[in-house]
Amino acid sequence: MMIEMDWVWGLIGGLMIGGAAALFLLVNGRIMGASGILGGLVDGTGRGTSAERLAFIGGLIVAPAVLALLMGGAQTNITANPVVIIAAGLLVGIGTRLANGCTSGHGVCGISRLSLRGIVATVFYLLAGGLMMVTFRHVLGVI
Amino acid sequence: MKRNIFAFLAGGLFGVGLLVSGMTDTTKVQGWLDVFGAWDPTLAFVLGGAILPMAVAWRVAARRSTSVLGDAMPAKTDPRLGANLVVGSVLFGMGWGLAGLCPGPAMASLSFGGWGGMLFLVAMGAGMYVAPPLRARIAQHEAA
Repeated sequence: MMIEMDWVWGLIGGLMIGGAAALFLLVNGRIMGASGILGGLVDGTGRGTSAERLAFIGGLIVAPAVLALLMGGAQTNITANPVVIIAAGLLVGIGTRLANGCTSGHGVCGISRLSLRGIVATVFYLLAGGLMMVTFRHVLGVI
Repeated sequence: MKRNIFAFLAGGLFGVGLLVSGMTDTTKVQGWLDVFGAWDPTLAFVLGGAILPMAVAWRVAARRSTSVLGDAMPAKTDPRLGANLVVGSVLFGMGWGLAGLCPGPAMASLSFGGWGGMLFLVAMGAGMYVAPPLRARIAQHEAA
């Protein structure tokens, strides 16, 4: 039953994600890109807007924490292999800052305004992700 | 102050959406990327659902000169693609596939992601820290 309902929850959650991006754009005048909001704090380029960035990240951490409590817990089911985790984290951190965007910035905010950069970025990260699944799951059996 | 309250609300709604949609569950994300395995189409609904309200928002934004709080609206899209966009997106996609987490869900799952989630966040932060000089070098190479 849960499996069949997954797409409904996907759609509801997706509408919330898009609603959040719409709120951030129309009220704060900002593009909701998770990697850019965090990255600007990490490398210092967002020093002038750090309070707004921290407030966004605060909500991003606290609201799901409360919901997870109400739901009786949530799971990421992340791999227990620390080498895979570290490699993946480094790749995501470096990659999103080189590309200046991730799934939220390029994917949600970029595609919805028909940005060529957003569309090209999304095609490449989806292809790369798919190739990693083929290589590391089906060929090497690591993940 | 108002600006930070709305940023907190936007972040909160984003985080709840990520949890509800299944984006914080690495098995669902990897299931979506695993086209040749037991493919899970959920993420298509997530992305589609997220693009709908945002497409409306961009149309509204185009008719306004400023945001509600008086900021200039974001600049028009940059048509230049560039090596950094492609190289960066490929590296990001590789990491996303390996662990099943992208930056938003990595932060949203901090409270329930355990040590693995925290380790991922630290590594991702380190990657973000070392990226700017790399980005400059790639741009330099491209210009040469």
